[in-house]
Amino acid sequence: MKDVVLQNIVKTYGTDESCAVDNVSFSVEKGELFGLIGPDGAGKTSIFRMLTTLLLPNSGSAQVCGYDIVKDYTSIRNIVGYMPGKFSLYQDLTIEENLSFFATIFNTTIKENYNLIRDIYEQIEPFKDRRAGNLSGGMKQKLALCCALIHKPEVLFLDEPTTGVDAVSRKEFWEMLARLKKEGITILVSTPYMDEASLCENIALIQSGKILDINTPSGIISSYPNQLYAVKATHMSRLLHDLQSFTNTNSCFSFGEFHHISLQEDSEKQIQTLHSYLQQAKHTNIQIQAIVPSIEDCFIERMRNE
Amino acid sequence: MKQFLSFIKKEFYHVFRDKKTLLMLFGLPIIEIVLFGFALTNEIKNSKIVVCDYSQDEASQLLTQKIESNYNFTVEKNLLSHNEIENSFKQGDIKLAIVFPSNFQQSLFHENIAQIQIIADASDPNTAYTLTNYMKQIILDYQRSILPKGAIPMQIQSEMKMLYNPELKASINFVPGVMALILTLICVMMTSVSIVREKELGTMEILLVSPSNPIMIIIAKAIPYLVVSIINLIIILLLSVFLLDMPIHGSIILLFAESILLIITALSLGLLISNSTANQQSAMLISLMGMLLPTMMFTGFMFPIENMPIPLQVISNLVPAKWYYTIVKSIMVQGLGFAAIWKETLVLIGMTVFLLTVSIKKFKIRLS
Amino acid sequence: MNNIVIQTNGLTKKFGDFTAVNEITFDVQAGEIFGFLGANGAGKTTAMRMLCGLSQPTSGKATIAGCDIYTQTEKIKKNIGYMSQKFSLYEDLTVIENIRFFAGIYGLSDIEIKEKSNILLHKLGLETSKKKLVGSLPLGWKQKLAFSVAVIHEPSIVFLDEPTGGVDPITRRQFWDLIYEASDNGITVFVTTHYMDEAEYCSRLSMMVDGEIKALNSPTNLKDQFHADSMDEVFYELARGAKRKAD
Repeated sequence: MKDVVLQNIVKTYGTDESCAVDNVSFSVEKGELFGLIGPDGAGKTSIFRMLTTLLLPNSGSAQVCGYDIVKDYTSIRNIVGYMPGKFSLYQDLTIEENLSFFATIFNTTIKENYNLIRDIYEQIEPFKDRRAGNLSGGMKQKLALCCALIHKPEVLFLDEPTTGVDAVSRKEFWEMLARLKKEGITILVSTPYMDEASLCENIALIQSGKILDINTPSGIISSYPNQLYAVKATHMSRLLHDLQSFTNTNSCFSFGEFHHISLQEDSEKQIQTLHSYLQQAKHTNIQIQAIVPSIEDCFIERMRNE
Repeated sequence: MKQFLSFIKKEFYHVFRDKKTLLMLFGLPIIEIVLFGFALTNEIKNSKIVVCDYSQDEASQLLTQKIESNYNFTVEKNLLSHNEIENSFKQGDIKLAIVFPSNFQQSLFHENIAQIQIIADASDPNTAYTLTNYMKQIILDYQRSILPKGAIPMQIQSEMKMLYNPELKASINFVPGVMALILTLICVMMTSVSIVREKELGTMEILLVSPSNPIMIIIAKAIPYLVVSIINLIIILLLSVFLLDMPIHGSIILLFAESILLIITALSLGLLISNSTANQQSAMLISLMGMLLPTMMFTGFMFPIENMPIPLQVISNLVPAKWYYTIVKSIMVQGLGFAAIWKETLVLIGMTVFLLTVSIKKFKIRLS
Repeated sequence: MNNIVIQTNGLTKKFGDFTAVNEITFDVQAGEIFGFLGANGAGKTTAMRMLCGLSQPTSGKATIAGCDIYTQTEKIKKNIGYMSQKFSLYEDLTVIENIRFFAGIYGLSDIEIKEKSNILLHKLGLETSKKKLVGSLPLGWKQKLAFSVAVIHEPSIVFLDEPTGGVDPITRRQFWDLIYEASDNGITVFVTTHYMDEAEYCSRLSMMVDGEIKALNSPTNLKDQFHADSMDEVFYELARGAKRKAD
């Protein structure tokens, strides 16, 4: 059974000719953890707002749990949880006041679904009398998640929950999502961090309103067209220039401590040619190794082909 | 219902945790009333005057007594000659001089017409006008009291030409004015700002994506400001009764009912503003420009509407505070009942229904 | 050529009884790309504000480009550039108006402004868009433009606060090309980021935990020191022990 279905959704704003969301179709199975991966301005928020009935699409149709996002908006509002990109809780209310307020407006109580949020809430409970405005980024995020979960939604929409959050809090957050998935909640999450993609079951790569690819993370990686090599030498920025001007280079981008390169013509011999080319350019400590591409490599590749 | 209560509770938290705004909400009306109270009433109460009575007859003495018994005036001195008047003014303190010509009584009773000269210190024109107006009132009262039934009306002509100056007829006009101003301003501004703030914060998104009814959100928003406004109303009335010695002649219940009507009108207007603005600054600006100026201009307590060009008079009818001002004046000052103000009340109800319908219809259940 | 441009010694900032930054001591060499990492609430922003002359330290010493951060804050501001993810340029001004405005406040002459803005527009490929409102540009372009504007007066140090947050992967790399270029021109780059791959691009990294610098070294040495394969692990190892939760 599919919990979320989008068919040819188009969204434009005002007189702007370029589409914020350009003919997007995908579907999410019940209980699935689905990631919408793309940079800011790719259209992730617009898609989420349409699915949560906050925006109307210009054309196309979409259903959440079988309800139409335009006609049946009241039904959808009863069954979804939504955490917008900006921290959107009341800064002048305490943790507890925020939570019980959101519980009441969803016609429930903190007690009723406490088991769902227990793991998360226990981490912030010691500060429950502190006002939300005085919390750190990670704690705000946990509180927001509790508030979005308090009515035990069937589908949870998390719009960039990890933006601006440090690596440790991000990791913790994804662990929480994995636990929630076990409760059978369908989760749609958007993020600009490509490294988070591998934690989803299915991902859609999105850029400029268009879906570049939809697949499982491993499916996306295995569809990468070329063999990818990681190259390293002592002087990395000069290395990048030299690699980019190498005649057989297909693409070359820096990736942390390595540069990732794919070749137009790929063979053992070509790698040796590359090695000697770099030696001639007086690079030292040259390392070239074949690697499995990351989601980010795949994203860059797709972007280049657009 | 529980949802609704929870909403109201939340709104109260917002209001009472924002100490600065709260201070402004309650400080503003108090400051306005107190400032005015001191600025105006102290100026006018116990104003010292001098009397120059060339007539020295029964009528002139009776009128002088009447003047003296009015709490606004203290007769400082009886002068013998006109020439001393200027000197008295120069020595300060004296606000008015009254000159009875000789044969005052005779002219009044035999010729049915008599004259009095009122000389005011016009270096402070507002006070001068107010006092001369008071004086005129006293003279008129006297005139009425000595008029035998069925007799030909007698006239006392005040020599000074009375400039039409209703805004300073009495300081009591100011209290209804401040009430109208404060209630409109607070309700319009605070409602619009508090709704727009939720939009800015992003919490409106969550509220919309929830089973809560938008109308409930709106009503819950309005209630704390309704309460704040009613408290303000009580403060204003207490101050005006005890500080400014201005009694409420009419029914207090009627006064409150009419005030709540105005508050609801203003809340609907605030809601309408919040529908069409995206950030707090513009909501604040629109409320201030859109409410403060028209309310001050067109209510009639600062500038007489009767003196305005016809187009402006027509426009003034669109300002809810104008109707409220008339209502409050009728109740507080004249002590009239509902029968006298049902027309104005109907206009206010009409405005409220219209504004509320439009703003609820326009309330966006989605993001624009 | 050991030319130190940032030097701090026991720099501390307290808010009441809360010590946001606790005796941090480090040097940054000219032309270095210095990564300033830490979990949310570790005190990065507070430290950065002190270094920019925006906030007075409670105790400790620091000099920025040879200027004392207590007494010469105005001089510091002339010698640094600053760019953050949150505020960079005026969205309702055009590209060229933004360039002129920021170049103007740093006291560049009209001739210099004209010359520099032409070079800058050419380099970023924005010649045809120079009369467009900045608000209408894609985020990546905005960030590249903001960086170029932050270094238009050739400061000795540029402070970058999460400059690449939310930017697409290709633009993010182009952005780092700009950083490298600035660094090659002798501008010291002081940068914070949440992207761990970007941490690898830095010459040296400092890791802040609970207001203190817990580690400071080159990316390679840090990985050796913590027996980690990636910077992610190093960061996780260090930040996991953080006790402080408030920002």
